[in-house]
Amino acid sequence: MNNAAAMALLSGSGISYQIGGRQILSEIALEVLPNKIMTLIGPNGAGKTTLIRLLLGLSPLQSGKVRRKPGLRLGYVPQRVMVADTLPLRVRDFLGLGGHYSVTEMQQVLDEVEAPAVFEAPIQSISGGELQRVLLARALLKKPELLVLDEPAQGVDAIGQQALYHLIRTLREKHACSVLMVSHDLHLVMAATDTVVCLNTHVCCTGHPEDVSEHPEYLRIFGSALDGLAVYSHRHDHAHDIRGDVVEGAAADCCHHEHPHPQ
Amino acid sequence: MDEFIINALFGGIALALVAGPLGCVVVWRRMAYFGDTLAHAALLGVALALSANFLPLIGVALIGAVLAVILFWLEKQSELSSDALLGILSHTALAAGLIVLSLVQRQTPGIDMMMYLFGDILAISRSQLYWMYAGVILISIAMWRIWPGLLSISVHEELARTDGISVSGLRFAFMLLLALMIAVMINVVGILLITALLIIPAASARLFSRTPVQMILLAVVFALLSVVTGLGSSMRWDTPTGPSIVVAAALLFFMVHVLRGLPGRE
Repeated sequence: MNNAAAMALLSGSGISYQIGGRQILSEIALEVLPNKIMTLIGPNGAGKTTLIRLLLGLSPLQSGKVRRKPGLRLGYVPQRVMVADTLPLRVRDFLGLGGHYSVTEMQQVLDEVEAPAVFEAPIQSISGGELQRVLLARALLKKPELLVLDEPAQGVDAIGQQALYHLIRTLREKHACSVLMVSHDLHLVMAATDTVVCLNTHVCCTGHPEDVSEHPEYLRIFGSALDGLAVYSHRHDHAHDIRGDVVEGAAADCCHHEHPHPQ
Repeated sequence: MDEFIINALFGGIALALVAGPLGCVVVWRRMAYFGDTLAHAALLGVALALSANFLPLIGVALIGAVLAVILFWLEKQSELSSDALLGILSHTALAAGLIVLSLVQRQTPGIDMMMYLFGDILAISRSQLYWMYAGVILISIAMWRIWPGLLSISVHEELARTDGISVSGLRFAFMLLLALMIAVMINVVGILLITALLIIPAASARLFSRTPVQMILLAVVFALLSVVTGLGSSMRWDTPTGPSIVVAAALLFFMVHVLRGLPGRE
């Protein structure tokens, strides 16, 4: 065991999973290190959500091991939360479910995720983007060491997605926590991640996002899907809304097919 | 006022006090059909208790607990959806209950099947009232204890689980409470109508509430109103009491919807 494995917040090894005879995951190993953002990417049906559920203990393991740092404080943002219309619940009631928090604490955290106005609103009435922020706020209230986000930007429009990933990155820096998130689009999360794990039943490749985007396995899986997409990379700059960023180095190589940048 | 009317009133109030909170959770967790199944199974419990000569209350509580276990286990094992499973259990239990009850009736002809099917609130005795209020106290304390977790799993089971809440434990605990409630309240409206008093007041309350607790309090109020008007109209027009209470609840439900739908309101 090297040092890194010893200090991992969450690690899994030899994880395999089958549903009805179909192999969903095969021999997965990964570890989430402190203060890092790790992103799982992969096509639909690659087993991303299954893996997250196994790591969190939401589904029983069939084989392999999951190790959590003892007493790990965890904030989880599921892929989709639908609160039944029959249940009257304001955002503030929802936030209060996870523990005992003061009104000030809850308002502060809503400010942090840039959704201060929804505090008193019924949770069924807020937009998809607001709901994702509220879920994030709920997770943050736990003062997490590890945030687990399953497709955090699902149901959010393209501009909202960029804003959301930017927010996640800011929050990571502010709270000094690790992030494990799932995405189906590497380029959306590129700027906001330290490590990418490309998953397609097995781990195809792991590494820095710009390296993964060049990896032959990655290109084999995603190459065709990437054609015709408006893809760009920005190197950890915070000006996420400036679409004409200069694309340089390795990152440029992955985007050399026609992409409609202004410059 | 005659004692039987006072007993009936107190019996109805007891029912309203537990139907409000339990009914809200039933509505939130879409357990209406489960409530029906439990109630149908209660008839089997009564019949078995009568044939073996012990308190019907205990028979109902036991059958309810057994059913909760079976359902809980089947849901984990089976490929069938829970509503199909409930359909099987519900009608099997009702049919078996009717058969056993008719067998019991052959030996002790005095037993009134209708009383169990539709309840007889006017026949509630003082000692039954004590049982009912013991039930109310027990259920209220239990609800108060499990409330935060119960609300959490009603909102989102997975989030609750990552918070360290035992989802299956709470689900099971709630099923048992529901069985207990049916066991102690069976005299008021009977097994065929008891779910109505869980669901209808809660549904009326939803319209006016912004928080879960508000909805529970309002559901109790609507249930109380239904019991009082139902009882009153049953005396006024000599209609069967249990059904009158349910119809009163339904009328209230439609009334609040119409009022809510009128222009000029929100």
